[in-house]
Amino acid sequence: MKVRAKTPDLNRRSFLKVSLLASGALVVGVGWSAAPGEGEQIAETWAPNLYVRINRDGSVTIVSKNPEAGQGVKTAFPMVVAECLEVDWKDVSVEQAPLDDRYGRQVVGGSRGTPDGWDDLRIAGTGAMVLLKAAAARKWDVPVSECSAASGSIHHQASGRTVRYVELLDLAATLPVPAVADLKLKSRPADFSLLGTFVPGVDNHSILTGQPLFGADTRLDGMLYAVFQKCPTYGGKVRSANTEEIRKLSGVTHAFVVEGTDNLHGLMPGVAIVAESWWQADSAREKLRVDWETSHADSTADFDRRAAALAKETGEVQRADGAVEEALAASEKVVEASYYYPFVSHANMEPQNCTALYHESGKMELWAPSQNPKSGRSLIAGVLGIPEKQIHVNITRIGGGFGRKLVNDFMVEAAWIAREIRRPIQLQWTREDDMGHDFYRPAAWHHFTAGLDGAGRMAAFDHHFITFGRNGETISGAGLSPNHYPAGLVPHFRLRQSTIETNVPTGPWRSPGHSAYCFAYQSFFDEVALAAGRDQLEFRLDLLSRSFGDPPLDLARTSDTLRVAAEKAGWGRDPGPNRGLGMAFHFDHGGFVSHVAQVVADGTRIKVEKVWSGIDVGPVINLSGARNQVEGAVIDALSTAQLEITFANGAAVQSNFTDYELLRINQAPEIECHFIQSDHSPMGLGEPPIAPATPAISNAIFAATGTRIRALPFSRSGIVV
Amino acid sequence: MSRLKLNINGKTHTVDAPPDMPLLWVLRDKLNLVGTKYSCGIGICGSCTVLVDGEPARSCTLPAAAMAGNEITTIEGLAPKGDHPVQVAWNEEDVPQCGYCQGGQILTAAALLERKPDPADEDIDAAMAGVICRCGTYYRIRKAIKLAARYAAELGSAS
Repeated sequence: MKVRAKTPDLNRRSFLKVSLLASGALVVGVGWSAAPGEGEQIAETWAPNLYVRINRDGSVTIVSKNPEAGQGVKTAFPMVVAECLEVDWKDVSVEQAPLDDRYGRQVVGGSRGTPDGWDDLRIAGTGAMVLLKAAAARKWDVPVSECSAASGSIHHQASGRTVRYVELLDLAATLPVPAVADLKLKSRPADFSLLGTFVPGVDNHSILTGQPLFGADTRLDGMLYAVFQKCPTYGGKVRSANTEEIRKLSGVTHAFVVEGTDNLHGLMPGVAIVAESWWQADSAREKLRVDWETSHADSTADFDRRAAALAKETGEVQRADGAVEEALAASEKVVEASYYYPFVSHANMEPQNCTALYHESGKMELWAPSQNPKSGRSLIAGVLGIPEKQIHVNITRIGGGFGRKLVNDFMVEAAWIAREIRRPIQLQWTREDDMGHDFYRPAAWHHFTAGLDGAGRMAAFDHHFITFGRNGETISGAGLSPNHYPAGLVPHFRLRQSTIETNVPTGPWRSPGHSAYCFAYQSFFDEVALAAGRDQLEFRLDLLSRSFGDPPLDLARTSDTLRVAAEKAGWGRDPGPNRGLGMAFHFDHGGFVSHVAQVVADGTRIKVEKVWSGIDVGPVINLSGARNQVEGAVIDALSTAQLEITFANGAAVQSNFTDYELLRINQAPEIECHFIQSDHSPMGLGEPPIAPATPAISNAIFAATGTRIRALPFSRSGIVV
Repeated sequence: MSRLKLNINGKTHTVDAPPDMPLLWVLRDKLNLVGTKYSCGIGICGSCTVLVDGEPARSCTLPAAAMAGNEITTIEGLAPKGDHPVQVAWNEEDVPQCGYCQGGQILTAAALLERKPDPADEDIDAAMAGVICRCGTYYRIRKAIKLAARYAAELGSAS
């Protein structure tokens, strides 16, 4: 008999499960059963999880299953349950779930939390409310249809009776569980009372008073502190190290070589130093001498040379519509430009860390600020040979992820060290470890050629994309979909790709790919519109008015966000002396976002004064969290547009905030968000606002200064923020 | 090891620590005051900010041994109930995203308001530029400081 794999799929069926705990609390959870495939037996592979618990004191506890990295899910998810359960937000407390297969996907990434959680959260809240309504109806012997729920009570209008949920728990537990298919789920902004309002984060009090929340705040009895020195050159192995000498240093308890594996995303070779305090472990590192064996010497200079050579070649055609070469030859006007952006680092404020406890029974317990703890568990299981069910992962709050902590190298390092020395340890990377061993957003080169027809429309678009690969495969974060716009928006289209081999580790960086290449596309569109003598807004709306074959994005929703941003910014007005407006639209991870930026210039020094944003991610769940993501993404874009990671001898050159200077408050613009609250299902917002922010700003820089930014960071064009 | 006597959040703590150990690690690893955060380790990002005699200081580069005669305030000690005007405003404006740098932000803002009860934008920029927020909460930090200034003024006039 085959049993379906433990992953939710489109055919899964949700069911409600209700139980009464010994404490008298009523627990309502959602489980899934997979729809059977051919020859398969129905298997309830998912035991019900615990989404909502109504306690005997009337309070409501809602479990938040996903890690919180600042994207706001720990507040937003419980809000959805509370909305449907009809309880007051002040009565709700939130508990962070550990990694547990019953919860399904527990990942911060891909802006997928909201769309993935939407149904189950509403089912849990609504199911519990319906059950309590049934209990009240039974208690009063009245039809359920005459009862209504609000503020944690059921009300019977005809008799004027009201009963609190807490008084119905025992009775509710004896009633039939509502069928999911019969539940009427709130789905539109017009249905909501809590959703769409401004709700401060549930962890605020702990954050504002400095209470333990983050990974490195974990304290265990007898815990030691560890640092792990890897080879600065990616993939380097340890030939020998002076570990004996290190062990004699003050406070040091252990120093040993970790042979590691060849997996850049796994346990890399290195030297572990463990001490009574982290300061002593890190101080001992200054005396560490390692003879490294290295076999790579990637450098930015070499990448540039190889990219220049590849630019003369055709590359591999990824998609071809119409006849691009003929169309270009027949064009009224041809516009050509080349764009470049560098490698960048995630630079989350909380450097990687993990606390690990190995029990003699063979169990491993971890406290990890991981965006994807499940993949961390599976990495540890593979490298250490511990069965997954013996590994328990506590999910801590994450001090910034941006995609970095989707890779769990720090978890497997901590686990390895803890098992090696049989003591609880806390591994804390330094900032230099973090910047030197990131999974960088890869650089790329875009060579564009556009052909304009007699009406000034983009009729042909040829694009040579030069990116990075390993063993012939495009590496993580370095791909570009052949169906990305303007594919499908122009009759003649061609995408060609060339690949540079590299050993530099790369990975997803907030809105992977999009946050980089949107800059190239939307800046080039600016150039094309100018060449056509057309207004930027009118040119873009026109581009979004027609499609050839399947449209690559929802044209109406995209256009609407652009219209909103332009209208709020007063597009078309004279912004004043030395000022300019720039715009961009984009669609990624289910979200439609357009920005208009206003820049003021003093020579080559610019300031982004204000950004107006038009956003459509369906209904907004938490207005505060949603705005926070937009505001943060705009600032992130402006920050990152001034940064680059370069390489020499196979290692990163930059090492700390001295040579990788994140944006500071004096450079930050005002941001005005306008959400189009459509009736579509809600989507996440951690990613969509960042991609169009960079080109909106760089296009505004052009409008203010006449300097076209074709390469990042801005400093390459002499622009200083 | 040297024996240090430190005045932290109004209490005297006696700690045995390596003589060169920065205050940050004494707070975190010796006293379990983990609200003060490590990020750059070289005193330029501000996540590790504490107040020394009311002035913001970088605990990651400040030797604890040099702090014997000073009053140190960490984020745990600003107002443990979270009712300092800056904390109240920070919650109402919902400033934190990931929250990692916010202890440093709040202490820096509290020190600014002590010095300048009604700060202009330029004062806020000058005082707060030392604390990096990777999530980009700067726009809200400005708003929260102005709100906190109002709350502090109301408290002042009420008492």
